[in-house]
Amino acid sequence: MSLLTKAHESGSDAQARTGSTVLDMVLRFRALGLLLTLAAIVAVTAAVNPRFVNEQSIRDLLLAAAITLLLATGMTVVVLTRGIDLSVGSVLGLSAFCTASLLSENPGIPVPVAMLIGLGIGAVCGLFNGMIVHLGKVPPLVATLGTLYVFRGVVYFIAGGGRINASDMPGGFLDFGTARILGIPYLIVIAGVVLAVVAVFLSRYRAGRDMYALGSSPEAARLAGIPAGKRILTAYILCGALAGLGGVLYAARYGTVDASAGYGMELDVVAAVVVGGVAIFGGSGTVVGAALGAVLLTVISNALPVLSIDQFWQRAIVGALILGAIALDRLVGLRVKASLRKKDAHVG
Amino acid sequence: MSGTGLDAESIPERQPVLRLSGASKSFGSVAALTDARIELYAGETHALVGENGAGKSTLIKILAGVHRPDSGTITVDGEVVEFSGTAEAKEAGIAVIYQEPTLFPDLTVAENIFMGRQPRGRFGMIDRDRMNRAAAALFEQLGVPMDPERQALGMSIADQQVVEIAKAISLDARVLIMDEPTAALSGAEVERLFTVTRALRDDGAAVLFISHRFDEVEALCERVTVMRDGAHVSTDLMSEVSIDQIVRRMVGRELGALFPKQEVQPRDVVLEVDGLTREGVYRDVSFSVRAGEIVALAGLVGAGRSEVVQGVFGVDPRDAGTVRVGGRALPPGNPRAAMRAGVALVPEDRRHQGLLLDLSIMRNATLTRRSRLARFGFLVGGAERREAEQWTARLQTRYGRLTDPAGTLSGGNQQKIVLAKWLATGPKVLIVDEPTRGIDIGTKAEVHRLMSSLAAEGVAVVMVSSELPEVLAMADRVLVMREGRLAGELSRAEATEESVMFLATGQEAA
Amino acid sequence: MSADTLTGRGAGRFRLQRFATWDVAIILATLAVIVIAAATVEHFGTSRNAGFLVLDLAPILLLALPMTLIIATGEIDLSVASIVGLTSSAMGVMWNNGVPLETIMPLCVLIGAILGAVNGLFVTALGLPSLAVTIGTLALYRGLAYVLLGDTAVADFPRQFTGWAIGNIGATSIPNVLIPMIVIAGLFAAVLHAMPVGRAIFATGSNPVAAAFAGIAVGPLKFWLFVVSGAVAGLVGVFWTLRYSSARADNATGLELTVVAAVLLGGVSIFGGTGTLPGVLAGVVLLTSLQNALRLASVSSEALTVVTGSLLIVSVLAPNVLVGVRTSMQRRRRRTRSPSPT
Repeated sequence: MSLLTKAHESGSDAQARTGSTVLDMVLRFRALGLLLTLAAIVAVTAAVNPRFVNEQSIRDLLLAAAITLLLATGMTVVVLTRGIDLSVGSVLGLSAFCTASLLSENPGIPVPVAMLIGLGIGAVCGLFNGMIVHLGKVPPLVATLGTLYVFRGVVYFIAGGGRINASDMPGGFLDFGTARILGIPYLIVIAGVVLAVVAVFLSRYRAGRDMYALGSSPEAARLAGIPAGKRILTAYILCGALAGLGGVLYAARYGTVDASAGYGMELDVVAAVVVGGVAIFGGSGTVVGAALGAVLLTVISNALPVLSIDQFWQRAIVGALILGAIALDRLVGLRVKASLRKKDAHVG
Repeated sequence: MSGTGLDAESIPERQPVLRLSGASKSFGSVAALTDARIELYAGETHALVGENGAGKSTLIKILAGVHRPDSGTITVDGEVVEFSGTAEAKEAGIAVIYQEPTLFPDLTVAENIFMGRQPRGRFGMIDRDRMNRAAAALFEQLGVPMDPERQALGMSIADQQVVEIAKAISLDARVLIMDEPTAALSGAEVERLFTVTRALRDDGAAVLFISHRFDEVEALCERVTVMRDGAHVSTDLMSEVSIDQIVRRMVGRELGALFPKQEVQPRDVVLEVDGLTREGVYRDVSFSVRAGEIVALAGLVGAGRSEVVQGVFGVDPRDAGTVRVGGRALPPGNPRAAMRAGVALVPEDRRHQGLLLDLSIMRNATLTRRSRLARFGFLVGGAERREAEQWTARLQTRYGRLTDPAGTLSGGNQQKIVLAKWLATGPKVLIVDEPTRGIDIGTKAEVHRLMSSLAAEGVAVVMVSSELPEVLAMADRVLVMREGRLAGELSRAEATEESVMFLATGQEAA
Repeated sequence: MSADTLTGRGAGRFRLQRFATWDVAIILATLAVIVIAAATVEHFGTSRNAGFLVLDLAPILLLALPMTLIIATGEIDLSVASIVGLTSSAMGVMWNNGVPLETIMPLCVLIGAILGAVNGLFVTALGLPSLAVTIGTLALYRGLAYVLLGDTAVADFPRQFTGWAIGNIGATSIPNVLIPMIVIAGLFAAVLHAMPVGRAIFATGSNPVAAAFAGIAVGPLKFWLFVVSGAVAGLVGVFWTLRYSSARADNATGLELTVVAAVLLGGVSIFGGTGTLPGVLAGVVLLTSLQNALRLASVSSEALTVVTGSLLIVSVLAPNVLVGVRTSMQRRRRRTRSPSPT
């Protein structure tokens, strides 16, 4: 080992350290950054209109976020395995319309059963996606882009041009959409419970860790004997089921359901997930981050009218956030890689 | 040379943990192993050495359950076993640490060790504390300070290998196979790896250590097995054999059916490379090549030879240095400029770098000439077909139809298509990287004859090759690389298998 | 390799064997659809409907041309329909501000090219997967279209232009747009199949590493394809606006699906490397006439998305399933056959 290489090594060690520091910062402070952004937007908006932060509007905001949050939770699991599910908006629509029409015909169905039905419809859709992806070896994006339209088309077939109004649905179900427990709407409680359960599953159960492993390195996962097929199917079924549950909550909250329920929602969900720090290449991220992403998106769209910014900006902001988030992740990744190469620069 | 000293192939009173005998393995028409054997005993560190292509990796992959041998038996504790996959080898207590570890970059060190086997507590939940403590205990046992909660992303190769070793211990591996683990390590890191390895050996594990570095083999191992051409040559106690003897056994090979280069009076310098550097890959490489000359770039795998020629051609960026062709400097990272200046590169990895396997033979053969063959911008009138027919005929390529996918050809004929693609450009500088790897003897001779006649026509040829007989037969000069640098230059007269090998491994000639 | 894993590259490597049969199959299927529709669906076979069919077909075909090139390199552009919407909005805004249409139209193509360049930069300079990038720009560009026009429409474009867009050549029943469409399609076919750059496109899609080793500038090639895709989408934005004499932010919403489905149906591999423009042409005609026929049979256009979505999935799924069947058959055959010397 010559002097020159020695000198080079010590220099590169420092660079490597910076590399991992940048990474640590982004990982550890992604949530913090989101919270700060949230706080800033809330503060500015509240300064313009103090009513933005009163109890009622915070409740409204969380209510609005609850369904996106539910879908983002499921999407996180799929994205962790290096997949994506673009069909969630259509699954939500399908489940919302089916449960609503079922309830309008059978008003006696209790709310929990309605939720199970929605969950089931979603799970079947998810299974369908998972099978096309895993068994058919169709790229997830193409497969779920296809089912996005297939499921939506099915809703239109069933619905025709019709809609189901609040007056058609049993009162008990609609009450559930607005009822509260300890001042907190049920919808938020349900979203919160699902979030917590999935968070624990992903961080504390072997099957959950397998999701990370599959996305982090499929090759290493194979060597470690992780059952890839089973896990990928699980991820898509879970994602579909949560979208189905989201459909039931959607019907309960809005009362009116037509065939376009949840149209275009997949973009909000994908945005929430990537903004929340879930890597689009899989392997890293948490549902809590995705939930923060969902809340951030909702806050932005609720803040726009208060700040008298055209509501039409919302979609553009969603797109910009997706691009910004994946570009940021990529730049950090490139920096780490570059510093690693320098670190290995001792060549033997 | 006494070869296999029975006295040394010893410790006969004990039963080997792992024994492979009479193993052979062929890939297509290429025999990777003919008669390989090895015996590993508990509590020993065993070195496996041999030239590139001697069959070491195939042997390891058979032991790891990646490949199934065509013939031969594996016994574990005296019982014959058959591995149908890596899981079974793992089950039998065989752990392999590859040169490039396979970790989950996004997960913590502890999780990497216990993936799929995480300790569970209440409600079947993963008990992270217990897992981290268990990982910490493993590192303590290894005597390496490492944070179990640290993410694997950004870890050095050395640290990653330590994690792999910890994983192997946690699996109660009794046989630890390490495939060139030190290739990417610095001096201090190698020392640490050795400490860990010795500790394992003292605990009763059998360690198989594959390395090209004889100082390491000498420092670490008690016994050494030499392989050559897919067969076992000798097994000796390290104390009873000299490095000099080992090297001789590694290279002692017949020149056989090689076609020596014809004598050509070298003309003007065509290619000048000066101070070429790419951080972490190669450093300060300078050489020049004259028209009519064949210059070989020899060295061990990982010495940076392919990377240097790719830097010269411009497929990879370079950090410093200049490349001149016919006196004119080439811009860095621009293969098109290199091609315009008359440089051609026949890459090392035919399937990944050389060919479009699912496109037709014709498209492959004419890809580099696509613009030249166009008339008024259009590729019409069968110009590509004529060109492809002409070159495949000239190189005596055997194929079904020109429209068949290139992937359907045999290795030798695939190589001819890659050669055709580049010879069609009429290069002034032809760089060939492992031009005869994995192709049959007959085609080998044809390729050698071709290179020789090209040199005679005034082409400057740079040949990267790991096959010493090929280097010695073909090259006017031999540049030997070691660890990213030029270790020395040998003239045709000076170059022998020993002299090249000593430069490549950094051993002083005995 | 991360982009590759997103697209599942390597899953369905399956090439020239399919090549001939798939092209033929899709052309036959197209003919079958047309014949059956003409026989069973009222009004389908009329020259009036044929004219409408061409008008419906034009935007899909135009967008499918650059899409074919992009998918052949192993990338994808999901933002094309949003670029159509954004250029349409831009057209409306410029017209409202008194810019003459003669200036607006080239400007729209330029705007499209710039939007495409943004896609290309994200994909090539940052090395991001085009799927993820163009999902982002799909939302972004559509959003900007709404920002420009909101939910209003600009409809007072001069008759001479809107009339041309839907009009016929002289007294014939051949639509005006047919000729430029054929010219542009011919141009793309020539580029892909008869020019050196076409060879580079297929080489890149087949094996980007080997393409780079053959001196192909893979990054710039992809970048310019995205620019072309954007420019063509800008042109389609102009045509769409004139055809419906209405500049709206939601013009062509969801059209990217039809375009991608048509291209994949036309036998272009989603993993890059293979495909033909005649095949894609057949895919476009198949899809549009199927939609046209079903619409005439009064199936709602929303429900039609089931057909498009299914065809998209099937066009990727079918070859993969075929490969599976074929390899398992080969394996069986190999097992029964005695090993022969090579």
